[in-house]
Amino acid sequence: MEFEILGNKDTRSGFGEGLAELGLTNPDVVALCADLTGSLKMDAFQKENPDRFFQAGIAEANMIGLAAGMTIGGKIPYTGTFANFSTGRVYDQIRQSVAYSQKNVKICASHAGLTLGEDGATHQILEDIGMMRMLPNMTVIVPADFNQTKQATIAIAEHNGPVYLRFGRPVMPIFVKPDAKFVIGKADVLAEGTDVTIIACGHLVWKSIEALAILKEKGISAELINMHTIKPLDVQAILKSAGKTGCVVTAEEHMMNGGLGEAVSQVLSRELPCPQEYVAVNDSFGESGTPMELMTKYGIDTQDVVNAAMKAFARKG
Amino acid sequence: MENSALEKVASQVRRDIVRMVSAVNSGHPGGSLGCADFLSFLYFEQMNFNAESFDMDGIGEDLFFLSNGHISPVWYSVLARAGYFPVAELGTFRKLSSRLQGHPSTDKKLPGIRMASGSLGQGLSVAAGAAQVKKLTGDKGIVYTLHGDGELQEGQIWEAAMYAAANKVDNLIATIDYNGRQIDGDVEDVMSLGNLAQKWLAFGWEVLEMDGHQFEDIRAKMTAAKALCGKGKPVVIIMKTEMGQGVDYMMGSHKWHGVAPNAEQLTVALAQLEESLGDY
Repeated sequence: MEFEILGNKDTRSGFGEGLAELGLTNPDVVALCADLTGSLKMDAFQKENPDRFFQAGIAEANMIGLAAGMTIGGKIPYTGTFANFSTGRVYDQIRQSVAYSQKNVKICASHAGLTLGEDGATHQILEDIGMMRMLPNMTVIVPADFNQTKQATIAIAEHNGPVYLRFGRPVMPIFVKPDAKFVIGKADVLAEGTDVTIIACGHLVWKSIEALAILKEKGISAELINMHTIKPLDVQAILKSAGKTGCVVTAEEHMMNGGLGEAVSQVLSRELPCPQEYVAVNDSFGESGTPMELMTKYGIDTQDVVNAAMKAFARKG
Repeated sequence: MENSALEKVASQVRRDIVRMVSAVNSGHPGGSLGCADFLSFLYFEQMNFNAESFDMDGIGEDLFFLSNGHISPVWYSVLARAGYFPVAELGTFRKLSSRLQGHPSTDKKLPGIRMASGSLGQGLSVAAGAAQVKKLTGDKGIVYTLHGDGELQEGQIWEAAMYAAANKVDNLIATIDYNGRQIDGDVEDVMSLGNLAQKWLAFGWEVLEMDGHQFEDIRAKMTAAKALCGKGKPVVIIMKTEMGQGVDYMMGSHKWHGVAPNAEQLTVALAQLEESLGDY
């Protein structure tokens, strides 16, 4: 296996580093936070650029509106809070003042999904990708590791339009090269294979890397695609790979409804019907527990990717 | 501008409003008529802007955000009369493919509009953000907003009110259309705002009260509001208005909040409003 573990870090720290770098390189970038500066790792930006950092307090709806207003005059606002408070709590504000109004706001969401852990279901949003990808004009990005989150944070400043950037809390292996170029909408093929295509995003990319080795022992050659951009979806990458392998597994830390799997199935059902299996949370809220315990209990762990790949492979007949 | 000239503008704007909503049998004439004097003053005397070449960023200009987007007819009329787009386009209001959507939007690129509104309570946050960028960049422009009184029932308004005072956003002048009416009836009955001036004072704002139908008073209070800018506090103007002002049968009730006059009613309304600048 050619995957070298370059270190272990949380993706939110990748966001923090990327934002700090933007603070030095792009004078138009401003940042807003709703009382979670430390959790979002926005301290470095705040320290270096106090005049371009806006503390919104525990008032997320106002924060989204402020950010939309700050685009008028040419600023590029990055908002930071937990994924739950970045989406569900402020959906209407994003819909009207950001997406419909085509404002250049970057909604940066940490602690997404089950891996927020012990705080439990109130904070573990599993519907946010669905909500955000339904919005016209919205770009949806779920980077895979620390390095990619940093690269994506920097890259979206160059994209003129609303972006939802989703990342998380747990410390996970780093495998994306520090000098890799992040291209919005261009998937990364991490491993080539012939029997099954695994399309993953976020923390499930690492879980899928782990699954590759197990599948290899079972004699199954899996292709792995890091689909870091959910919208716009890299349709060509999906069709090219599924055309070769003939079956697909999608893997994500999100509800099955509305997530990456559904986006991929829209492509396959129209362009290339073939067996697809879903590694995702099945219509359920989460609960308290460690991140890894929760991934196992809710069926989004390495073994679940393996099982789904075996099943998809078997369904090819 | 002379008061008589402002009155001519406002009269024509009122004609535009009732003709626009009647033509498509939909829209919100009541609040639109009530704010015709204020918006005429804002665009024909108060604000500094460039209507000929609209720029989204509005650098160096004063900005206006309509937070209660349902009174779009009055804004569209004033924008057209102020030179943002041809007045003939008012005839497309609410029609398929028009730039004049039922509620204001930016996606059809109508000059003069910088933010969609309609879902209530969002405009004050947007305005505070735009105002902070002006301060950050040394832009001397002032940011104005208009809100319905019923709209103040939305919680986000008070988030923004707290934020703007705490952060000394003192280049922001918000105006409340205090007509006392909302869809279901009188604001007092639906959900009382209590002592509105005291609420804003308690949130740390400068508070002015104004008669929204007397140009002398509008001029005095808007001048005072502008003079209060740069002194550490945002400014709110509680503007007393009459919903439906200028059309006798629309005044004195909430009934014409979102109902358009039919052809016969339109004739009655137009007979009360001077065609001062020529109909579109």
